[in-house]
Amino acid sequence: MAQVFKPSSNTYSKLVIFGALLAVGGVGLVGYLINTSPFNTGAYMAHAQPVPFSHKHHNGELGIDCRYCHTSVEESAFAGIPPTQTCMNCHSQIWTEAPMLEPVRASLRTGQSLEWTRVHDLPDFVYFNHSIHIAKGIGCASCHGDVTRMNLTWSVAPLTMGWCLDCHRDPAANVRPREMVFDTTWVAQDQRALGEKLVSEYHVQPRQDCSTCHR
Amino acid sequence: MNLSSCRRPGTQPQADSASRAGLGARAVLVAAAAVVCMTSACRQDMHNQAKYRPMRETPFFADHRSARPLVAGTIARGKLGEDKLLTTGRDGDKFSSIFPFPITADLVARGRERFNIYCSPCHGRTGEGRGMVVQRGYKQPPSFHDARLRDLGPGYFFNVITNGFGVMPGYAVQVPATDRWAITSYIRALQLSRNASVDDLTSEEKSRLTKESSGG
Ligand code: HEC
Ligand code: HEC
Ligand code: HEC
Ligand code: HEC
Ligand code: HEC
Ligand code: HEC
Repeated sequence: MAQVFKPSSNTYSKLVIFGALLAVGGVGLVGYLINTSPFNTGAYMAHAQPVPFSHKHHNGELGIDCRYCHTSVEESAFAGIPPTQTCMNCHSQIWTEAPMLEPVRASLRTGQSLEWTRVHDLPDFVYFNHSIHIAKGIGCASCHGDVTRMNLTWSVAPLTMGWCLDCHRDPAANVRPREMVFDTTWVAQDQRALGEKLVSEYHVQPRQDCSTCHR
Repeated sequence: MNLSSCRRPGTQPQADSASRAGLGARAVLVAAAAVVCMTSACRQDMHNQAKYRPMRETPFFADHRSARPLVAGTIARGKLGEDKLLTTGRDGDKFSSIFPFPITADLVARGRERFNIYCSPCHGRTGEGRGMVVQRGYKQPPSFHDARLRDLGPGYFFNVITNGFGVMPGYAVQVPATDRWAITSYIRALQLSRNASVDDLTSEEKSRLTKESSGG
């Protein structure tokens, strides 16, 4: 009886088996890459806002401290988005006629909130807290980049679990002196040495167990 | 659906090969869509749960705010303001000439930090009234080093920060009462910095000063 399979079938079957595995792996890899890429996480994308508020202008050029507007960032989980009145502290006298600022004035007149578009938005099953990060010397720039160069705000981090854990595993790569937390342009001369020193000085021990962030 | 838009105009590819290529492209698209869907969770119900995080909007109330304004007359725990000096800066009818608590170096340092955040945009870091926002057209405030302001008691400054003054807005919403006192203490330090003389020092401080300035 003639052989059903030719010798070359060996090669073909191997090709098919490994090809299939590779294809599955490849599709998975592509999926993962798409999933964590800025295309899916929305990083590096400026978001349209009701008023074209510019951190570059207010922080970079006028030098206003983050806490003037994000007042609760040191004490609470939520950094705080300034109420209309905070804008009007200055804009009651500056650029009072600018059409660009009409939504702000309208909001003050009617009592309707300005509806800012969120730039960072963690899933609701994740717990995040600003105050502990600020207290332990993590600068705004470590997570938000240098906002003083942004006209419209965008995010620079994927906000994936891996991203959080990278830092929780090795905080020394990011911890800075507390006085420098709000300075978005500060860079250490030798981050490793300084980081190691501050980690022990501030008793920095980020946790990695699941209940830290999923509670 | 038109999957053959990549055809070059003028050429007529054979019908069957074109439709086979179309099928292939369609299969790849479907597979890619499925992958993206499976990995990036089409179902978002755990991501966007039926609960409110700070400042999240709600369709339930007409003004779309999930955080409701306080009912008029509500007083939060600890905000009764029984300590009139601490919360109003007044001692009876007049502005207090004393602070409600002792001034420490830490408090002044805190005041300096808060002053630089909330006041320096207009009053400048030294209190002369030439901050960045003033340079861009805001009314120029008086210098803290004017004789009139030097002679006023701490309660006066506390009151200006709390309730505003003229065109200057009040800062009670952004700055809690103890920090307003801390800022007041720092303004006092700024004023002193231009008007202190060696005679204000105790003899012990004087000898330290001469030692340090001669020792280099
Ligand atoms: C004059 C007020 C003001 C100051 C000062 C300010 N911000 Fe903002 N910030 C805003 C407003 C308004 C928004 C909302 C609009 C937007 O996203 O651009 C915002 C949004 C943000 C966001 C994005 C929030 C989101 O939607 O996810 C980040 C991050 C941020 N600010 C960081 C900073 C940092 C860091 C500083 C200090 C260097 C700073 N801000 C100083 C007013 C201010
Ligand atoms: C501490 C003072 C201050 C506060 C608070 C402030 N601004 Fe401004 N803003 C300014 C000044 C000063 C200018 C004009 C700068 C110039 O003339 O170069 C300005 C300019 C602007 C402009 C003009 C466009 C541009 O070039 O950026 C917009 C829009 C604006 N502000 C929005 C806002 C909003 C929205 C808020 C509230 C979240 C706000 N500002 C809070 C001081 C302030
Ligand atoms: C460890 C990383 C990290 C640091 C440090 C950090 N942030 Fe954030 N920030 C985040 C994340 C994550 C979110 C999104 C939170 C959410 O979606 O619930 C966020 C959100 C915000 C928002 C939007 C409002 C909110 O709280 O959700 C503002 C404003 C903001 N950050 C400002 C700041 C400022 C100002 C600083 C520095 C003082 C700072 N952040 C430091 C990670 C960080
Ligand atoms: C750049 C570094 C960095 C990044 C990024 C970062 N963290 Fe942290 N995190 C820290 C440090 C440092 C601490 C403080 C640890 C301590 O208490 O000593 C901390 C503490 C925390 C705590 C408090 C833990 C406790 O004991 O209560 C939570 C919750 C947390 N992080 C959540 C997150 C989440 C969620 C993310 C991602 C969205 C994130 N962190 C990203 C550095 C970081
Ligand atoms: C430092 C904070 C942090 C810790 C610790 C942490 N997670 Fe997460 N986790 C996150 C963040 C942030 C996300 C959201 C990621 C995203 O949106 O891409 C997440 C997402 C997840 C998801 C994915 C849900 C989905 O829909 O994609 C699972 C499952 C999960 N975490 C399980 C765990 C487990 C199990 C542990 C303990 C081994 C753990 N996490 C520890 C921050 C954390
Ligand atoms: C947006 C700009 C601005 C900011 C920020 C600001 N001020 Fe003023 N301030 C003014 C102006 C303008 C005046 C003069 C008001 C007038 O004469 O109508 C003034 C006046 C004053 C006076 C003098 C009152 C008098 O009797 O003449 C004091 C004291 C004062 N401010 C303290 C402060 C303190 C403390 C802070 C920080 C918590 C602060 N200001 C923040 C603009 C500002």
